[in-house]
Amino acid sequence: MRRFLPLMATFAVLIVLFAAASLMYERFFTARVIANLFSDNAFLGITAIGMTFVILSGGIDLSVGAVLAFTTTFIASLIADHAWHPLAAIPVALLIGTLFGGGMGFLIQRYELPPFLVTLAGMFFARGMAFVVSTESITIEHDFYTTLQDLKIVVGPKAKLKIGALIFLGVLGLAVFLAHWTPFGRNIYAVGGNETSARLMGLPVARTKIMVYALNGFCSALAGVVATLYMPSGNPAVGTGLELDAIAAVVIGGTLLTGGVGYVAGTLGGVLIFGTIQSALIFDGSLNSWWLRIAISVLLLVFILLQRQLSRFTTSPKN
Amino acid sequence: MKQKKSFAPLGVFALAALITFSGCKQETSSPSSENAEGGSTSAAAGSLTVGFAQVGAESSWRTAETESIKSEAEKRGVNLKFSDAQGKQENQIKAVNGFIAQGVDAIILAPVVETGWEQVLKEAKDAEIPVVLVDRGLNVSDDSLYTTLIASDFVAEGRMAGEWLAKKTDNKASIIELQGTPGAAPAIDRKKGFEEAIKAHEGMKIIASQSGDFRRSGGKEVTEALLKVNGDKVTAIYAHNDDMALGAIQAIEEAGKKPGSDIVVLSIDGVKGAFEAMVKGTLNCTVECSPLLGPLAFDAVEKAVAGETLPKKTIVDDKVYDQSVAADVIDSRKY
Repeated sequence: MRRFLPLMATFAVLIVLFAAASLMYERFFTARVIANLFSDNAFLGITAIGMTFVILSGGIDLSVGAVLAFTTTFIASLIADHAWHPLAAIPVALLIGTLFGGGMGFLIQRYELPPFLVTLAGMFFARGMAFVVSTESITIEHDFYTTLQDLKIVVGPKAKLKIGALIFLGVLGLAVFLAHWTPFGRNIYAVGGNETSARLMGLPVARTKIMVYALNGFCSALAGVVATLYMPSGNPAVGTGLELDAIAAVVIGGTLLTGGVGYVAGTLGGVLIFGTIQSALIFDGSLNSWWLRIAISVLLLVFILLQRQLSRFTTSPKN
Repeated sequence: MKQKKSFAPLGVFALAALITFSGCKQETSSPSSENAEGGSTSAAAGSLTVGFAQVGAESSWRTAETESIKSEAEKRGVNLKFSDAQGKQENQIKAVNGFIAQGVDAIILAPVVETGWEQVLKEAKDAEIPVVLVDRGLNVSDDSLYTTLIASDFVAEGRMAGEWLAKKTDNKASIIELQGTPGAAPAIDRKKGFEEAIKAHEGMKIIASQSGDFRRSGGKEVTEALLKVNGDKVTAIYAHNDDMALGAIQAIEEAGKKPGSDIVVLSIDGVKGAFEAMVKGTLNCTVECSPLLGPLAFDAVEKAVAGETLPKKTIVDDKVYDQSVAADVIDSRKY
């Protein structure tokens, strides 16, 4: 039971916040607002899911926002300037993201470099490349894109899950499966829990670590694709600071930064908490939007303290 | 037992949060519930709820714009929902989506970039919420996605500057023009408007025209060089923005002449520094490019909510300020 405690705490906070906002603001407790939470936070959600795996494995990846930005400009430029079909441009962008992540993973694993620094370099590189592709935002105008953007599932009165939200939910489902029902998932937990013992157990540590970063690179690029569906344009400045929001969502979702402990589902909770606070601030309309940061900082602190408390219990001699 | 124990601090936290939030509720609930009941059908002023999605607070010009919209909302009894996007388009889109979900009567949007707005504007259109754009245009294929754009007309600003100069100099002037950044819309339009205005007057001529890049240092360097070449012929300097004019004033002083009397100096924007220079007597005139869009924005909102059709572009009525009024108005300048 105890291992589910952070997860329950995350969802308790989410429910309390949502209930409070629903009591305070007219029309907050509607299917539309809930559906918007998924549509509006789809690309944050997808990067946070990728980040969950990296953090579970005991690493960190700062490059996600920059890779997302590069992906948007790359796709927009291929479509607008080079007349590519989106169906060709998107897979190429996803491949680049995956290889980029895998490359960083290789450096981290092969040369035992600190993930913080390698991915910091990756962040600067990808952000720079985004501006090399274009210094300005490029509009994406393509019939296929319009068709994609109009895809949606109606889930209630005036509430619809758009393509971005659908991709987000799909990624979420796959990620839960990957984490809990595959050898790869079990290896990630083992490597993050204790790399040495994982190695002694004969688990493929090196391959797992590289694949985790490749997976996160893929997620970042996919989040970039979702961003272009959300704002049909490629913008090199998009997603600045997104990596930190994603890390915050993961930690608030109950995943330990030291690795080995946490759930993908918790990350969903973290992302929704983020979105709920932001929506509540928009509904309020009189509070400074920077209160989002302050609320997130308080939650982060509470969750770190909670985790510290819990880990003290679990390491007590009784266990 | 232990589980209960570790829940305790969390419970306290949650309870505290709930209490704080419900405390806020009492203050804010009365106006917002009125609005919800009034709904979008009652268009009478005073019961309107309007969302304003602002770019951020990156310059004093923008802060002045925000203040103008906030104070005008208060004056008209409009319930304003303000959202600062912190310079990020995704935040602005979220804000607009939030406003739509909330069922506001109208949305005012100062778009951070030109591209990528189709989807969210379609949502607003489907919900029959008029969108009034302020200060910057959008790049959308279908212009029925927004109601109107309220922005300055740079050509008109240039024209006003030209007309003022004609009057001031009795239609006789040899002018140096300091252009803005080549290719920038304000530079092109302010040049065009000015030329239109002086074309009618035989005695007025632009003897030299170069770019000072909208910068004070650029204005100074170009003026220095052009004064050396053209000497005493120059009787007026027209700058596309105040900063370049302030640079030009320095150059004129260094050349041993009196700006404001030996050489007439005029520019566009109406920043505080320009008013200070006019009070000192070194600048003759500035045409403001006003960020105070509140009154116009809410006029448009009220008309749109009442179902009137609006022109696609509403031009801000920019004013000319010269030395005769500078001292009186300088304290009331907000940017």
